[in-house]
Amino acid sequence: MAEFRGVDFYGIEALLSEEEKLARDSVRQYVEDNVIPIVDDFYERGEFPMDLVRPLGELGVFGANLPTEYGCAGMNNVAYGLVTQELERGDSGIRSFVSVQGALVMYPIFTFGSEEHRQTWLPKLATGEKIGCFGLTEPDHGSDPGGMVTRARKTSDGYVLNGAKAWITSGSVADVAVVWAKDDDGRVRGFLVEKGTPGFSAPEIHKKHSLRASVTSELFFDDCHIPDANLLPGSGGLKSPLMCLNQARYGIAWGGIGAAMACYDTSLRYALGRTQFGRPIASFQLQQAKFAEMLTEITKMQLLALQLGRLKDDGKVTPAQISMAKRNNVDWALKIARMARTILGANGIASEYPVMRHMNNLESVYTYEGTHDIHTLILGEAATGISSFK
Amino acid sequence: MKIVVCIKQVPRRDDLLRINADKSWIDESSLSFEANESDAYALEEALRLKEKHGGEVIVATLGPSDASKTIKEGLAKGADRAIHLCDSTFEKLDAVATAKSLAAAIGPEAPDVIFTGLQSDDLGYGQTGVLMAEMLDLPHASIVIALETSEDGKTLRVKRELENGWFQWISMATPALVTIQSGINKPRYASLKGIMGAKKKPVDVRTASDLGLNADALTPREAIGSLYLPVREKQTEMLEGDAETVAAALVARLRGNGVI
Ligand SMILES: Cc1cc2nc3c(=O)[nH]c(=O)nc-3n(C[C@H](O)[C@H](O)[C@H](O)COP(=O)(O)OP(=O)(O)OC[C@H]3O[C@@H](n4cnc5c(N)ncnc54)[C@H](O)[C@@H]3O)c2cc1C
Repeated sequence: MAEFRGVDFYGIEALLSEEEKLARDSVRQYVEDNVIPIVDDFYERGEFPMDLVRPLGELGVFGANLPTEYGCAGMNNVAYGLVTQELERGDSGIRSFVSVQGALVMYPIFTFGSEEHRQTWLPKLATGEKIGCFGLTEPDHGSDPGGMVTRARKTSDGYVLNGAKAWITSGSVADVAVVWAKDDDGRVRGFLVEKGTPGFSAPEIHKKHSLRASVTSELFFDDCHIPDANLLPGSGGLKSPLMCLNQARYGIAWGGIGAAMACYDTSLRYALGRTQFGRPIASFQLQQAKFAEMLTEITKMQLLALQLGRLKDDGKVTPAQISMAKRNNVDWALKIARMARTILGANGIASEYPVMRHMNNLESVYTYEGTHDIHTLILGEAATGISSFK
Repeated sequence: MKIVVCIKQVPRRDDLLRINADKSWIDESSLSFEANESDAYALEEALRLKEKHGGEVIVATLGPSDASKTIKEGLAKGADRAIHLCDSTFEKLDAVATAKSLAAAIGPEAPDVIFTGLQSDDLGYGQTGVLMAEMLDLPHASIVIALETSEDGKTLRVKRELENGWFQWISMATPALVTIQSGINKPRYASLKGIMGAKKKPVDVRTASDLGLNADALTPREAIGSLYLPVREKQTEMLEGDAETVAAALVARLRGNGVI
């Protein structure tokens, strides 16, 4: 079968630098050779392909937009976005792992951590020798993380954590958790909690219909004592975790393109090869309407993400702009997955094709990192100047 | 160990090829390009030799200015620097002139080993490497599918692919030139760090006059007259009669066509 060649209806290739294209092509090849052939089996078994972690570290995808002095690639945000796009073309679970490791663990350590935190953790997280997770959501506080009840009570030499986090990607396999809790003044602070700390446990959540090739866990803190040195000194207020989410949402906006391209490409090949009533199903107007829609929306997603990346590289991006891309691109990725699924007929539900796996995965992506609705409200506020939250 | 690896940029394997208006070559305007397949294996072999023996890997590319992406990919994978032969005089060279140009650029480097791919995926002459070896007065081995080096790096032992499933092991002293067959190893992926690092590695751009070559010296000895898609032709002739008659008629026909 001919290689996957990406989708480029608008000559967007010409807007990319040599480095950006090389980064995308290298990760695309890696995913083609190492992720796509195996990921469906892992998905079926409900297991994360742990053996990919070190090779992905070697490739340099973890925290690829962080500086080289900590062992990262020091790429610009467009190149980093293209990397997450290619990873999600493989599977949203793999991209989720990479987003969490880079945007939700390495980024806060880099941004809010001490120099010692950076030196200790970043190089090892970059190679994949160490794995991280990010604990913000709680069983009773999802869209409204400010309502969190996890507490960090100050003691003479550190803090005692009590509370629970839910739906935490990579929780059970993480060596370090970036945990958000309220201090005695009710201020949200970030803490590094290492695996094996007494009072800390991270059981895996099984029986999921989505992101099955990804570990999702609960985190429990039961009088879990952590030293002063594990406080992220630069963190303070809900703004800190939200800054992390902005990094991750940025990558997710690109990831949606990857999943959408996989579904478009699969359904197009299928429709050209599948004959009914003596003609390829691609020749029927009803199917062509779907392709016209998919192609148009993928092109819009690409332009949205690319300009977002350029703004981010110029240091001009706003959270609401990131919300627009996350909201639009994941929403359309999901719609495209559903459209592609119909084109494949019965084969659309089969594991042999990646479409339904992407479709199911995207249900999580639609909800995490700010639900579609929450981004709608953020954009509503950006448009009107009136917040609907308060 | 100083290793030069020649990498050519060619149209991607699964690109849709169209012949250009004057039928002299394919229409390159809508194509995307990549490193020639066997050259990518040659690069990997070069990087492995460097890992074993130390030294440096130099990428040598003759091609248009946009071959820089392929060069950067080589640097991103671990080559130390590159020589880019880039000049309008280098357009449409035949294998002899290509070898001559590359030899002029590579010779002064006095490398221990020169690698090329077995053949280019576009023209497919399979001559550039061996011609270059002759011009530089180096021993060479072609179609190599395995390569070993002595501890001191002074001797190469290579396995050549012959025909009909036959192979040949030969040893040769360095400096030497080896043309690599696809599949000899598993080429690495360019790491993101490597891609960023490649920006800082030197690429020495050389024109024909830098190398003391002029258009006369590079005049092709052969040229593509016209390019066309294979024409589908089919003629069926039924030979009738009994077996003896048919056989005789068939033999006469085959003799007449010069087949036997
Ligand atoms: C697979 C997976 C992995 C995850 N990984 C992580 C992780 O690594 N770390 C982490 O911290 N979290 C993680 N999450 C949690 C995720 O971020 C939350 O699920 C998400 O923020 C939504 O919270 P909730 O599930 O509690 O839904 P709720 O907040 O209860 O929302 C339920 C519904 O109500 C709507 N709603 C809520 N508030 C409003 C409002 N004001 N107006 C209108 N509608 C509203 C929502 O849009 C949604 O439709 C993950 C989730 C999943 C599914």
